[in-house]
Order: sequence, then C-alpha cells, then structure tokens
Amino acid sequence: METKVINKRAGRIIADVLMVAYFLFALFPIFWMVLMSLKSTDELFTTQFVFKPTLDNYHAILFGDPRAAAGVVAKQEFPRNFMNSVIISSGSVIVSLIVGVPAAYALARYNFKAKENLAFTFLSFRFAPELVVIIPLSVIYRKLGLYDTYYGIIWVLQLITLPLLIWVLRSYFEDVSPEIEQAAMVDGYPWWRIFFRILLPLVRPGLAAASLLAFVFAWNTFMFPLILGASQVQTVTVSALGYVSSAQAFFNRMAAASVIASFPQMIVALSIQRYLIRGLSFGAVKG
Amino acid sequence: MHASSRDLPQARTQLPFLVRARPYLILLPALLILVGILIPFGMGVYYSLTTYALNRPGSLDNFVGLRNYDRMIHSSGFINSTTITLKYALSATIVELLLGLGIAILLNRDTLLAKILQTTLIFPMMVAPVIGTLIWKLMMQPSVGILNPILNTVGLPSLQWASVPETALFSVVLVDVWMFTPFAALILLAGLRSFPREPFEAARVDGASLWFTFRNLTLPMLTPYIIIVVLFRFMDSLKQFDIIFAMTEGGPGNTLMTYQLTAYRTSIQYLRLAQGLPYAVMLFFAIYITSQYLVKFWGKAQRRAAGYSS
Repeated sequence: METKVINKRAGRIIADVLMVAYFLFALFPIFWMVLMSLKSTDELFTTQFVFKPTLDNYHAILFGDPRAAAGVVAKQEFPRNFMNSVIISSGSVIVSLIVGVPAAYALARYNFKAKENLAFTFLSFRFAPELVVIIPLSVIYRKLGLYDTYYGIIWVLQLITLPLLIWVLRSYFEDVSPEIEQAAMVDGYPWWRIFFRILLPLVRPGLAAASLLAFVFAWNTFMFPLILGASQVQTVTVSALGYVSSAQAFFNRMAAASVIASFPQMIVALSIQRYLIRGLSFGAVKG
Repeated sequence: MHASSRDLPQARTQLPFLVRARPYLILLPALLILVGILIPFGMGVYYSLTTYALNRPGSLDNFVGLRNYDRMIHSSGFINSTTITLKYALSATIVELLLGLGIAILLNRDTLLAKILQTTLIFPMMVAPVIGTLIWKLMMQPSVGILNPILNTVGLPSLQWASVPETALFSVVLVDVWMFTPFAALILLAGLRSFPREPFEAARVDGASLWFTFRNLTLPMLTPYIIIVVLFRFMDSLKQFDIIFAMTEGGPGNTLMTYQLTAYRTSIQYLRLAQGLPYAVMLFFAIYITSQYLVKFWGKAQRRAAGYSS
C-alpha cells in the first residue's frame, strides 16, 4: 500500500517535470527574444543573460537612431510597416466578414445542390499551396495595376481569412435552433431584423473569435506581401527579414521589432482562449 | 397568380425561383471572391502548359502540353525535392502528433500548474512563422546564439544547425515542431476533455491496465481528433514555405528545396513561370486529394467514436 502511494507521488512529480520541460522549450525563444531586444549593441556579442537593459532598440526602430553613423541603414520604416500590417489585416477581415457572414449562414441553414461541394471548395483554399495562385497573380496584378497595392494584397488574403470565417461561423450558425428564427418570422419581423437583432447576437462570441483569429493569420502571412507587394505595402513580416540579411547585423533591433510585431497576437490569444480550439480547427472540434 | 392554383400539386413542389435561388443569392459575394481566386488558378494551370517566361516575350503563346511536367519529373532535382518535401512533412507531423498527445495527457490532469501553463500553450503558434524562425535562427547563430552554449554546458558538441546539409532538415523541423505542437496539443486536449467518464470508470473497476484502457478506449475515441491534427499539420507542412525560406531560402545548396521553394525560385526569382508552376500545381492536386480523403475518413471516425460514448 505504501509503495503504491509513493509510486503515485513519484509519477506525479515525473509528469510535472516533463510538462515544465516542454514549456521551457516552448517559451524560452520568446523570452530570449525579449532579452535580445533589451541588449545594447556593445553587449550583444559579449554576454548571455547578465547585462544592462536598455530601450535604445525600441527607440531606434520607432523614432530613428540618433547615433546612426552615415551609411548605416536606419530602420525608421518600422512604424510604416506596422501600419501596413494593420491596414492589410483589418481590411482582409472586414472584406471576409461582409462576404463570409452571409455565406456561412447560407451554408448552415439552406439545403441546396452543390452545398457541400461549395463549402469544401472554400475549405480547400485553406489547404491549397498559395503559390498556385500567387505566381499567376504576380503577372496579372502588374497588368491590372494591383501590384504593390493594399487592394491587391487584401483580395488575395481572402484565401486565408475567408475559409476560416465561413467554416467557423457556419458551425456557430448550425448551433442556433432554426425555431428561434421561425418564431420571429411568425411574429412578423422582417428578415433583416431577425438576422441583425436575433441571429448575430447569438453567434457574437464565435464572430469575435473568428475575426480576431483571422486577423492574426492575416497579420502573420509572409508569402503574399513578399511576392505581390514591394515598398508601398511592406508588412512587418517581410521587413523583419531585412534586419538579418542586411550587411550589418541588427540582431537586437530585429528582436525589438519582433516583440512589437508579436504583441497584437499575444493579446488576441489571451482574449479568445475559450474559443481558440473551435477557431483553429475550423469548427471541426467544438472544444 | 390564380387563387386555385395553390391547390395544384405541381405548384406546391415547384417553389418560386426567388426562394430556390435564395441561398445562391446570399452566397453571391463569396462566389465572386471564389471566381476571383479560381481565375488566376486556372491561368496558372494554363501557364504551366506553355513556355511562359517573363524574360522571353511571346513565350506565352507557345503551347506545349505536358512538356513542363515531363521535364520536371525527369529533372535532376525532382527526386531530391520529393524526398525533402515528404521527409519534412512526415517528420514534422509525426513528432507534433506524438509530442502533442503527450502534452495533452499531461495537461489533462487539471492541476494548478497545468492550468497556469495551459494559458501560454498557444504563444509559439501566434508569433508570425517568419519571425519565430528568425528568432530560432538567431538562437542558432554562432556569435550571439544561445543553443550552442546550452549544448556545451550539458557536455554536447556545438552544432552548425541550418548552415550544413547534415542538420539543416533537423533545424527547420525543430522550428516547425516548436511552432505547431501547441496546435496538436490543444485539439487533442479538447478531445480528451470531451470523453464521457463511465467507460473509463468501468475499465478501472474491472482492473484494466493503463495501456489497455489507452489502446481500447482512449485511442478509438480520440481518432477523429487525431485525424484533424494530421489533416491540418500534414497539409500545412507539405506546403511549408515561411520557415524554410526565413531559415535558409532552401539552402545550403539545394538541401531544403521542397516543391514550394523550387516553384518560388524557378517562377519568381528566375522568372521562368511555366517551369516552376508544375511543382505548385502537382502539390495542389496532391494536397486536394489527400485532404478530401482525410475529411471523409474524419466523418467515418467521428461516427465510429460516437458509438463508444453512447
């Protein structure tokens, strides 16, 4: 009996150790990124953990480097890149909402020919290798004048945000009993009032979570702005690469830029914890 | 309409056009986007059947059928591309699935520590893949990096990580595992939490071993969740671009030239659209067919698992 208790306790300790070990692996890079961003250039190569923290890097990427020598690429474009990311990500989510909310509703409520095929086609956007569409678009966009514009990037980002919104919202609409609508219809409410006053409030948590998650995925994309954009629409993900590949290695600047560029997603992640699983699995797992 | 016509049976079965068309009308904006995506896709497939290269005028009019595909299959890099694409996707998916299952089981114990740690589980997945990879690249870097000093402290020799062919694949898969194991863990954890208690209690009362319970209860009930993880992770890692591009751009040499990287390099960097596109088109169909198959399999597994809990 006593050995059983000891065994059980030992098992619990081993389990805890394994769990902590994994989380060290998962969180250390993020911790290290913050650490790097606080290092001055002098201490960058000489110390690992003990150093005098400084906010110079943040100051430099946000307001320009006061001590930058001539010829050094001063990275003041960061605020612009950040704004580009904000515009592109919010734009994509807004377009997806306008287009996707009705689509999700139709796919949840009506039975019609080609319904499942259509739904699956939207889903296949999510899994399709983006280059199949991006390579031809790189030619078409130049002809149409959409290359390096917000419209162009927002349009193609529907590949990422639209399937997410349609599939997640469809699963939320399916959870709402059709009887609620029918009751409202019998009471003589017009369809748009039923939709905006009754249905949308019922799926609001799903709507908010799916939009925020779509925002994060749009924010995180790299290939679309890399190939279909240039200086005008450069996002934080594309510009981050520049810090490392430039002749002078601005490792600490890059870390500071990364911290700021990762901040919105962390807030989102914490605020939609409860709905994350359903969002990440496109409604397949209700969590 | 005549009042008595409502009593006719034909009129009842044949709904007015506007009612029948309603779902399509509601879907119309989404269908427009769909068409706007499918047109470039179709053009891409067409380009791949020509000799289109941006630096050769008139090459678009030269229709050559499947010659580019034939050339791709017989090119020297094709075998390497195929192997590296599959190796990357398989190893990342398998490690993420197994590690994720372990983490899910550990987190399912509902201790205070597990609850606290669980809130941070999603963080690696929320960082942009490019930025996450750059952080790892810095950690692997010889001058400012931290990974080699850590290896040395525990008595292991330094590694050259992604800069030599021997460890390049390991380095990028490591980043993929770091980034996406949380996805596997979250989905599987949701699965574990959805299980009914009764069968597990019955198994315990009957004195079934942990392994027996796992194999005969947990695993079959978890299958739909496992398929979801495999669906997302395998499809995504087959087409992984950001991690490999940010780490080495496909190098050293052509060690990491997967289908996606090859398509990018040939079509975008060398401007030979028609030559790069077959890689992307082939990958598209491979992913399309596999995902459709997995989705069907998922539906079946879900029905089977439902049998266990009722």
